[in-house]
Parts: sequence; structure tokens; C-alpha cells
Amino acid sequence: MVTVMEIYQLLPKTNCKKCGESTCMAFAVSLLGRKKKVVECTPLLEENFKAQKEKLESLLLPSAGAEETGLIVHTELCTGCGNCVVACPVDVANDPHGAGMGCAPTNDKVIFKVVEGKVVASNIKECRRFGKSKVLCYACIDPCPTGAIEFV
Amino acid sequence: MFTCTGCALLCDDIEAIVENNRIKEIRNACRRGAARMKGCSNRLVPSIAQQPTDIESALNKAAEIIRNAKSPMIFGLDNSTSEAQVKGIQLARKMNAIMDDTSSFCQGLLIEKILQEKLRTCSLDDIRNKADVLVYWGSDAQDSQPRHLSRFSYFPRGETRQRGYEEDRLAIAIDVRESNTAKICKGHFYRIPPKGDREFIIALMEALSGKAPAYDTKNMLGLASILKKAQFGAIFVGIGLTYSIKNDFEILTALADMLPKFNIMPMVGHYNMRGLNEALFKETGFVNRVKFEGNEVQDNKYAIIEALKNKSIDALVVVGSDPVLSLPRSVTAHLVSIPVICIDPCQTFTSRISSVNLPCAASGVEAAGSAVRMDGKVIGLKKIIENNYLNDEDILKRLMEAV
Repeated sequence: MVTVMEIYQLLPKTNCKKCGESTCMAFAVSLLGRKKKVVECTPLLEENFKAQKEKLESLLLPSAGAEETGLIVHTELCTGCGNCVVACPVDVANDPHGAGMGCAPTNDKVIFKVVEGKVVASNIKECRRFGKSKVLCYACIDPCPTGAIEFV
Repeated sequence: MFTCTGCALLCDDIEAIVENNRIKEIRNACRRGAARMKGCSNRLVPSIAQQPTDIESALNKAAEIIRNAKSPMIFGLDNSTSEAQVKGIQLARKMNAIMDDTSSFCQGLLIEKILQEKLRTCSLDDIRNKADVLVYWGSDAQDSQPRHLSRFSYFPRGETRQRGYEEDRLAIAIDVRESNTAKICKGHFYRIPPKGDREFIIALMEALSGKAPAYDTKNMLGLASILKKAQFGAIFVGIGLTYSIKNDFEILTALADMLPKFNIMPMVGHYNMRGLNEALFKETGFVNRVKFEGNEVQDNKYAIIEALKNKSIDALVVVGSDPVLSLPRSVTAHLVSIPVICIDPCQTFTSRISSVNLPCAASGVEAAGSAVRMDGKVIGLKKIIENNYLNDEDILKRLMEAV
């Protein structure tokens, strides 16, 4: 996973404030959190920063398809075992007699579902990593032996 | 809700979206199950000597081969419904044939011990509701039965295990490599050398009886204390352990006797292998390697591997199995010199060398019936789509009438 420092090293580091952030470091944090886009840094669009801009975009590419909470499911690695469906505390709370017991989800309030043998995330706003009282939850990543779930 | 026939877990909570008599989407099944239920792209066509023909002529030719055979063998039926298995046994009896299935080089020995009640066992639902210590021994359930951990053993919350894997359950893996199951059993993975299971069991038995074992003393005492504290344990015996202690199975019985709160669960691969073992056991008292001739006899020489090595069979009926794929080439060489009848929904390596191919409906998708889960529970299979293929029960019935 890409770090703030890796992004910061590729920025102009002039603290020009044109992006609206007070420093380039603050802009790097916003980029990582997907609150800002690379094009908002206008000096980076100039010709002499072309190589750095391309590298930055390739660094941020894996997180482009992420959900609002930063959740990515690598479908090519997923075996559809459903460990995440049963382990997710939100799924257990919303569907105690279905997903909580290891069976198929019985309602649409769950976050994870297995469709066509691969896990699909929905209801992402229910995720514990989302909203004001968010927590750094790892309940779906830990039970996945193939590393198919990632947060960016 | 439909039943998946991908492995012996027989998950019966599968949703299928059907459009124009074709499965458009499968929900809740794992990747393995979904692929199986969506069917194969290379469907088997009826053929004689690899030349396409109609099903009636193929059936007549198959009956002729069986009639002329002096020492025929029926192999497979692990991927057939229990109803088809009963017909298969009746056909074998009528033909005075040898009957064997993949369990002779898989978990047959273990299932035999369980059916003879020499080993304690329980149901998967008991494990979900009560089990607190789970031992995956020589078994990579995560890959072989993908929903085992999430549906029955480690992750779900059960009646007396409300906090599930987080606090109430402990998973232990004993294996020769760090499998995907072992990755989930973080901190409780015991790596053993290949064929080291016997030594491991002896050391564990010493530790359980209070002696200091010679082998890996510290880890072994730690494991023994975990197992002693268990309220309801389960040992999932995979093919790794079965192969390793094949010649000395009594040692597992001795270990089970020292762990009165533990149950043994055979980790079966094919969806209805236990069904055939149970049906044959009920009928003959043996689970596999049976010759029907007056009194049924079980002998190692009737196992598929030995029979092919000794060239003691002169015709082979393969039902829903692929010996050319699963057996070594040195063993299967005899198959090209004898007539082979292949009954399967899809093309297989065996169907490419067989004399007669009889396509059948895929059970659980195009044909209904019932099957036996790895713990012995009977699960119903439903039909999802309609088509004109005969199911394997009908094919075996027709063959029996024609013989």
C-alpha cells in the first residue's frame, strides 16, 4: 500500500497553496484519503513535472476503484469462501440468523455477499470504517487467507 | 434455495437466477461450487468408438459390452445421487461385477472405521453449535471445502458459541505446509515433516498422558494442554493424515480414546462419496473394493489401482469419475486395451479414450435426488433447469434392463 511520504516526495514541495491546502504534505494526505485529485495540484501539470505526475498517477491507480471506505475486493484472488461475510461484525449485527450463523445472508442489510463465487461489497455506508465514529476495523481482512480484501 | 454439489459440504442455501432455462447467476456458492453449477462448456456427446451417435445405440452398445465381459468393474458413482448409487449396486450385483470408487485411494478407510463405530463422530451442526477446539489435520479445508470454515466450523456463531471465532473457538492446523487453512490458524500451526504424522501422534499421546515427549517437547505439551481443556472438540482428518498412517490406522483410534471430548470428521472431497460408502456398507458390510459373486468379498485386489495393475478386469464402467486424470499413467495404461464405458455430463480425459460415451444430466442442476454430506446427513438435491438428458439413475436402470 502506498504511503503519504511516497506521495509527498513526488509533489513540487513548494507549499504554493494553489490546491487550497496549506502545505504539500497536507495535499498528500488528502490525495491518499481520496479527498483531492492529482489535477488539483496545478504546478504538477507543467511540463517539467510530467514524469512525477505520471508516477504519482500510477501509484494511486490501485485505489481508483475503491469504495468510499477505501475497500477493494481483488476478485481474481477471491475464492468465495465467505469467511468475510460471516466475520464482518456489521453482517452479524444486521443478519444474526443468516450471515451470523454461517448461512447465506437473509436480508439486504449485509455488507458482503458472494455472487458468482466472488465476494461483492454493498451497503458500504454501514462499514465501521465509515462515518463520524469510524474505527480501524480489520474483521474482513484477517480471515481472508488469499489477501483478496484490501483497504487503501 | 438449491443445493450445491461442488464438494461434500452440500451447501443447501444457494440461490440461482434462471433466465431462458439457463443459469444466469449463482449466489452464495463459493467459486468452486458456482463453476460446477454453471456447468461445463464441453458437454459430452453420445458416441461409440469416439464416433458421435444417438443415445439409444450408445446404450445398446454399452449393454453389449457389459454382457460380453467376464470380469467387469463399476467405478465411480461418487458424483451421482444416492438413488443412482443404489441402481449402480444392483447392476454390479446382476453382472457379478467388481465395484470400487475413489474412496479406495481417498477416505474410504476412515469412513469404514466411522461406520463400524470404531471412531466417535458428530454432525457438522453439532460442530457449529458446540465446538470450541478445531483441529485441521492434514486437511486444507479452506481450499478443498471452501465454505467449511465459514459455514460450519471456525467463523459462525453457534448456540453455545455466541462469540464465534473471536473468543469462543480455537483453530489448530497440523500440516506439512503452510496451507491457506494454516494461515487462518495463526499461532496454532504445527508443521510436521511428510509422513511425520505417526511420530507426532505418539508424542502427543505421551504429552496427554503426562510424560515429556521426546519430539518437540515444548510445543507438544502446549498442544496437549489446549486439547485437554476442550469442552467439545473436532478433528478434521484430511487426506494428508489418512495417507500418512494408512498402514497403522489403530494409532488414530488410540489417540481418539485419549481425547474423549473430541469427534472425528472425515474431510470428504466428492459430493456423495460417503453416500456410496454408506450404501455399500449397508448392502455388503464393506465400503469399497467389493466383488459381487454369491457372497460379496472385499479384497485389496479389487481396488481400481490393483485391478488395473494386475489387468484383472476386462471392461470398466466409469460413472461421474475420471480415473485417467486422477491415477498415475502407469496404472491407467491398461484402460486403452479394455472397453471403457463413460457416463458423465462433461467431457473428461477418460471420455477421450472410452469406447462408449453416455452423457447424463448433471445432478443437483439438471436432475434431482439426494446425497449424503460428509457427516452422514442426507441432503436433498433439487433440479434447477430442465433438459432432455437422462440422469445417471435412468442410464443405469436402462443398462440393467438390457443386460
